[in-house]
Amino acid sequence: MKEEKLPDVPAADHVREGLDLFDIDELQIRRVLGAALERGADFADLYFQHRGGRSIGLEDGLVSRASSSVDRGVGVRVVVGDQTGYAYSERLEMEPMLAAARTAATIAAGGSAVAPQAMESRTVPQLYPLGRPIEAVSVEETLPLVQRVEQLARAGDASVEKVSVSWGDSDDRVLLASSDGDLFGDRRPMTRLALSITCLVDGERQTNSSSLAGRRGIEWYTEARLKEFVEDLIQRTLILFEARRPPAGELPVVLAAGASGILLHEAVGHGMEADFTRKGMSIYADQIGEKVAPDDVTIVDSGLHPGERGALAVDDEGQATERTALVENGVMRSYIHDRISARHYGVNPTGSGRRQSFRHVPMPRMRCTYMENGPRTREEIIESIDHGVVCENFQNGQVQIGAGDFTFFVKNGWLVENGKVTAPIKDVNIIGNGPEAIRRIQMVAGDMKLDDGGWTCGKEGQSVPVSQGMPTVLVSKLTVGGSHAE
Amino acid sequence: MRNELEERAAQAVQLALDCGADDCMASASWGRSVELGWHAGAVEKIQESDGLQLSVRLFVDGRYSAHSTNDFAGDRLKRFLTDAVALARALEPDPFRKILPEEFFADLREVQLDQVDSSLAHLDRERRMQIAGELAAAAEADDGVIGSNCMVYDYSAASALVGSNGFRASRENTSLWYGAEVSLRDGDRRPESSRYVGGTHAADLPSPGETGAEALRRVKARVGAHKVASHKGTLVLTPEAATSFLGRLMGALTASAVQQKRTFLAESQGKRIASPRLTLTDDPFRTRSGASRAYDSDGVALTQRPIVNEGVLENFYVDAYYGRKLGWAPNGNCTTNVLFAHGDRDSTALLADVGNAILVDSWLGGNANMTSGDFSFGFAGQRIESGTAVEPVTEMNITGNYASLLNQLVAVGNDPLPWSTFRAPTLVFEAVDFAGS
Repeated sequence: MKEEKLPDVPAADHVREGLDLFDIDELQIRRVLGAALERGADFADLYFQHRGGRSIGLEDGLVSRASSSVDRGVGVRVVVGDQTGYAYSERLEMEPMLAAARTAATIAAGGSAVAPQAMESRTVPQLYPLGRPIEAVSVEETLPLVQRVEQLARAGDASVEKVSVSWGDSDDRVLLASSDGDLFGDRRPMTRLALSITCLVDGERQTNSSSLAGRRGIEWYTEARLKEFVEDLIQRTLILFEARRPPAGELPVVLAAGASGILLHEAVGHGMEADFTRKGMSIYADQIGEKVAPDDVTIVDSGLHPGERGALAVDDEGQATERTALVENGVMRSYIHDRISARHYGVNPTGSGRRQSFRHVPMPRMRCTYMENGPRTREEIIESIDHGVVCENFQNGQVQIGAGDFTFFVKNGWLVENGKVTAPIKDVNIIGNGPEAIRRIQMVAGDMKLDDGGWTCGKEGQSVPVSQGMPTVLVSKLTVGGSHAE
Repeated sequence: MRNELEERAAQAVQLALDCGADDCMASASWGRSVELGWHAGAVEKIQESDGLQLSVRLFVDGRYSAHSTNDFAGDRLKRFLTDAVALARALEPDPFRKILPEEFFADLREVQLDQVDSSLAHLDRERRMQIAGELAAAAEADDGVIGSNCMVYDYSAASALVGSNGFRASRENTSLWYGAEVSLRDGDRRPESSRYVGGTHAADLPSPGETGAEALRRVKARVGAHKVASHKGTLVLTPEAATSFLGRLMGALTASAVQQKRTFLAESQGKRIASPRLTLTDDPFRTRSGASRAYDSDGVALTQRPIVNEGVLENFYVDAYYGRKLGWAPNGNCTTNVLFAHGDRDSTALLADVGNAILVDSWLGGNANMTSGDFSFGFAGQRIESGTAVEPVTEMNITGNYASLLNQLVAVGNDPLPWSTFRAPTLVFEAVDFAGS
């Protein structure tokens, strides 16, 4: 899979925009950084953010709810070795900003003051394809979109009893300034369309939901895309009426192309975040250079996929993002780093320092995590199984990074018997151990797909948008939560 | 602070009306917090927060919208509210959206909930470091420990709710949380476990030393954990595991879930939904609890609500909007303190009685479909033989349906965690499907 890269835009655009928006100049920024460094420190940075969000919702046939929000402020971080002092101000006048800087500075033991470097604006790639800026799209334009989705859902099947649809968009403008002299600006859009339906068949109800999301404009939500999205959800909901729980126990598990990337996110990605590894608390600590999976397995975490939720032109510490190979041909290559962990290991940052907002300290986080294509086909993989399951759609996952145990919850899937897909299955948790699961990957197909859904990753109380993808993959054995245990 | 917030909210209501809203509920909230993280014998992170937020809910020409901002500089609030009213006007009218009638808050009274610990105002960095140091010393008191992350977090918060319907009230509380997460070497595995405690008052919490020691005890109990064979058997939930397992049920007990057909309990009011051993009461007035409150976010004055009585579903949680859609009177849109009618035995006595079982002490992933009641969760815990823990288990799932499982509840303990708000004790269920090797 190749990264596509759109032409760079001059950095000064976003930097100038940011300075105007936050009504601040470089001299003032250096004063605040100076206050942050007055007790001595390795570096300090300021994260200015203005986030505007908007949503509308349709329920019981009416678009009768809307919301909007504005959240702005500046976070000040002071770093000394592995230690961090952090404070923020919601007010962008000099006095409260200087107060926040002095609070953050108390992490330092009281060495001699350090002077911040002169500022230099840097260029960032353009990764967010937008026809028009988010703020130029009026709410009147989004109304027909949610109404159309409801129409399609109602027309899709007579059993559809309840439909709720929501549209949300946000415009996140950030300005980053560090005491090393880096000055970056970024303007990050996000849009999301969510649909939930309840169907009634012979007195029984089933609910299912789905979403389309990305750093994309409203023009991406075309009629054809909406139709496919709605039809797919209706079909996945109707099949729940026939679906059963699979038998309980250890089974071969096929992960379908697309959202199955949740396996990588839980089983591999979190354990490779270098804040965990540097403290020795991850099962992957001390594994760089080790053979951890078969040759066909290459796992990547990248910020460079245009339009994806995990796309990031510059990370929240001002580092350029990149394509980071976590596992290459079965060998563990790189952890996911922020500035602190990169310095700890003596490597370059991977552009993975992310934070939920100006209120939060950045830490190593995933962006868009996927496995590269392998030599097999989905058909070959299914034919190779006597008795197992295929997992198609997922709701959530979790991991214990030290023990390596991870889970993902399967909303829809199939039983495989004698090399053929037979009956549908539903609502089942699958559990495994990360290092074991990637060692047990037996076949990788060539149909890699990134999922368009609105995935959000939570870690230590902070949520950030992410993407994931996968080709069809066979794991020889995982524990499937099922019924009829004897 | 409460008066200042009430004043800010009242001004926002007036400003919203001036901008063209017919009615408005405004909430102003303030919070200050300090979090200290401790690792490898030193402060790893100090994070201080101080924020003020305004939220308004607007009723405009039969339409409704909700908005929030923390940007009050100059005339920006006025511009924000002008845009907000315009956004509401772009929507379709909804006959069920109305500001709350006075009858639902006429009885609102100031209740002494004792939610502020004034001693927390004097908590300084030295004291926070001392707490963290004591947590770490106890948590790391074993040669197999790789390390621990300890946390001390305290906050003060206040909020006011004011409406154009005449509603005006405010509240405040403090909170202190601390705890430790410990990692232990176990061959290739590095199991972790944690213990966090928290409440409105520092004096109500177990000491940092006890808390750290409990985290260590838990992670040591994980050494050598593995999966055991799939089987059907007795399930025992610790109070913490029971809290998240039954806490999910509360989402199925709301008016919105009923009206939107997203709960398997939609038709169950007045019917038996669980074993007679299950009695749940929502008590908004429990003192020294962060969950206690006299009114909900619509302004509905809260009272004690029986939810499940000896297995019979007595009440849903009814908010103003979905209540109106269903023709039900609102009784409050939030859970507060959920009390279980206790059994008379602690976990040791219950385990002795069950003989062989799986004790679940922590969950790993999984989910539930509340429309059908189906659930499937990953877990870790202990295998119990003749009332005693004989081996740690992990990487297993339990799968079932809440509708039947609630009827499989056979015993209830008397041991909710003292600081918990969803006050589940040890619970015992029989004939549960466990998936393992």
